[in-house]
Amino acid sequence: MPAGLFWFLAALSILAALGVVLQRNPVHCLLALVLTLLAIAVLFIGQDAIVVGFLQAIVYAGAVMVLFLFVIWLLNLPVESGPTGHLALKLFGTLAVAALLAELAVFLVPSRLQLKFSSAHAAGYGSIDALSQTLFSEYLIAFEVTSVLLLVAVIGAVALARRTTQAELQERKEASARVEKAA
Amino acid sequence: METLINNLIASGLFGAKPSFDVVAAIVEFVAGAVVFLVVAMPFAGVVTWLERRVWARIQSRVGPNRVGPQGFLQWLADGLKNICKEDLIPAEADAPLFKLAPYLVMLAFILPWSVMPFSSSLILADLNVGVLFFTSVTALTVVGVLMAGWASNDKWSLIGGIRSAAQIVSYEIPAGLSIFPVVLMTGTLSMQGIIQAQGWAPQHWFVFANPFTFIAANVLFVSALAEGNRTPFDLPEAESELVAGFATEYSGMRYTFFFMAEWGNLFLIGALMTTLFLGGWRFPHVSDNVVVMNILELITFNVKVLAVVFVSMWIRGTLPRVRIDQLMTLCWKYLVPISFADMIGTAVWVAIWPDGNAFMGYLMFAGGLAVLAVFVRRVVYYVRRSRMELYFRPGI
Amino acid sequence: MVSLSWLMALSAAIFVIGVGGFLTRRNILVMFMSIELMLNAVNLAFVSLGSRLGTMDGQVIVFFVMTVAAAEAAVGLAIIISIFRSRETVHADDLTLLKW
Repeated sequence: MPAGLFWFLAALSILAALGVVLQRNPVHCLLALVLTLLAIAVLFIGQDAIVVGFLQAIVYAGAVMVLFLFVIWLLNLPVESGPTGHLALKLFGTLAVAALLAELAVFLVPSRLQLKFSSAHAAGYGSIDALSQTLFSEYLIAFEVTSVLLLVAVIGAVALARRTTQAELQERKEASARVEKAA
Repeated sequence: METLINNLIASGLFGAKPSFDVVAAIVEFVAGAVVFLVVAMPFAGVVTWLERRVWARIQSRVGPNRVGPQGFLQWLADGLKNICKEDLIPAEADAPLFKLAPYLVMLAFILPWSVMPFSSSLILADLNVGVLFFTSVTALTVVGVLMAGWASNDKWSLIGGIRSAAQIVSYEIPAGLSIFPVVLMTGTLSMQGIIQAQGWAPQHWFVFANPFTFIAANVLFVSALAEGNRTPFDLPEAESELVAGFATEYSGMRYTFFFMAEWGNLFLIGALMTTLFLGGWRFPHVSDNVVVMNILELITFNVKVLAVVFVSMWIRGTLPRVRIDQLMTLCWKYLVPISFADMIGTAVWVAIWPDGNAFMGYLMFAGGLAVLAVFVRRVVYYVRRSRMELYFRPGI
Repeated sequence: MVSLSWLMALSAAIFVIGVGGFLTRRNILVMFMSIELMLNAVNLAFVSLGSRLGTMDGQVIVFFVMTVAAAEAAVGLAIIISIFRSRETVHADDLTLLKW
C-alpha cells in the first residue's frame, strides 16, 4: 500500500468515525459509519487481504447498513436536540477515552512493536484459495459453530421483532380461560 | 498492459526518467476514461433508443423515429434536453446528501467496467477476485438509492428507496449463490479464468454444462433483472404508484445520471451472464493476428451481451409488474432454496465428473435447441394469427 | 510501505472514537454503530498484524468477527424494535426498569 493512500484513508476513516459519534441525525451517523467501513475495507485490500476487504464491502455496505436504516425509518427517530446523559457517565467516558489515548500514544513510540516485517507476501496470500484452506482446515469447528450462531440469530431476531397477531392473543386468552375454568 | 506501458516509457512521451507506477496510473486513468466516455455512456444512451423501438414494435406502435435515421439520435436529443434543464433541489431536502446520491449510483455503475472482459486482451484489470469485485461494487448502488430516497424528503421517494433496498438486498442472495456453481467448476473467481474455462462452441458453455448450471443461469438472470430494477420487478420506480420512486424529486443532469446508470446496468447484466454462462468472448482460432482475433472476440462478446439485453427488453415489453409480496415470495421461497439446491447439485456433479461431462453438454444443447424451436414456432403462429390486426410493417 | 505502528495507531484511534461514542451518546442505535466501529478497529488490527506476520489467521478471524457482528446487529436491532414497541423510546437513560 502506498503511503499516500494510507494517509488519505486514515484521515478519511477517522473523520468519518468522528462523524458517527458527533452528528445528531441518526441517518447521517449511519452514512458516516458506512464511509468508515468502506475506508477500512480499502485498507484491508491494500494489505493484500483482498477477499476479506470485498466481503467487508458486501456485508456492511450491503446488508448491515440497510438493516440499520430500516430500523431507523421504522422507528421514525427524530433528530436529537442537544447533549444528553449523566454527568458521571460523561466523566467516566472521558477518563476511559483518555486512558485509551495514552495507550495509543504508546503505539507511536518507535521500535516498540518488534514484529517480523514482511512487506512482500508469498504468491496467493489473501486470495480466496488461501483463505478457504485455512478456514476449512484449522478453523473448521469454529466455522461450523458460526453457522449455528447465524441460525440462532435469525430465529432470535424473528422471534423478538415479530408482532403477536390478534389470533394468537385470542388463543392465549382462551387458553388462560380454560386453565381458570379447570382450576 | 505492462508491455504497452514499457513501450510508452521507451518512446519518451513522459520525459527522460518516468517512474513505472506513475505512467501505469496515467495509462489506466486514460483507459478508464475512454471506456467510460466511448463505451459506457453512449451504450446507455443507445439502449434507451433501442428499448423504446423494441417496445414500440412489441406494442405495435411506431416509437421514436424523427431524430436521425430511424430515430437513432433520439438519445442525444434527450440527453441535451436534460442537461439544459434546471437542476432543482427541494427546499426541505437534505441538500448535501441529495446532491451526492446520483454520483454514488453512477460510481457503482462505472466501477464494474474495470473488470469487464471485452476480449482476451481488452480488460482493464483481470483481478483474481473479479466476480466478487463485480458483485460487491454493484452492491454499493443500494447506498446511493437509499440516500436519494431519504434525502428527497418526500413520501414517494422514501417508499421507492425502501422498496429498492429491500429488493436489491434480497436478490443479492440468489444472484450470489448462482455464481457459485460456475466458481465450483472452474475453481477461480477471475473473469478471464472463467471465460477461458469455456469453449467457443455452445455445448462447451457453462449454461449447458449440466442441468444445475442451466437453472443457475436462469436464477441469475431473474435476480439480475430484480437488482437492476427492471420490469417485472420495477417496483422502486413504479410510475403508476410512486411517480418515479426514488428519482421523483430529481431533475436535469442528476436525473440523467440515475437513468444512465439504470440503462447502463443492462449492459452489466448482459456482461455478467455472458461471462459466467455464455462463453464470454470465446471465438474459434481463425487467425494468428492478435489484433484481428481481439476484434472478433470483442464483436462476439458484444453480440452475446446485446442478445441478453434484447431478452430483458422483450420481458419488459411483455410482462406486467409484480406486487411487493410476490416479489419477496419469489426471492425467499423459490429462488433462494433453488439456488442452494443448485449449489449442492453442482458440487455433487463436480465430485462425480471433475472434468465435466462432454455428452451432457451436447445433450443439453440439443434440448435447448428443441425448446427454442418450439418457442419460435409458437411465436410465429401467434404473429401470423394476429397479423391482420397488427398491420405488420417491419420497415417503420 | 506504511509501518505497522501507524496502522495500529489508526486502529486504536478508531477504537477510542467508538468507545467515546458508546459512552457519551444515549441513542441506542448510535451506541450500536459505535460498537460496529470498535469491532472494525479490531478487525483492522487483526488484518495488519496478520499481514505483517504473513499468516492467514488474522483474516480468518476477521471473517468470524464479521459473521458475529452481523448476527449481533440482527438480534440487537430486533431487541431495539421490541423495546420501542413497549416503551416508545430508544433513549438509553429512559430504560431503567431493571435499575435497582
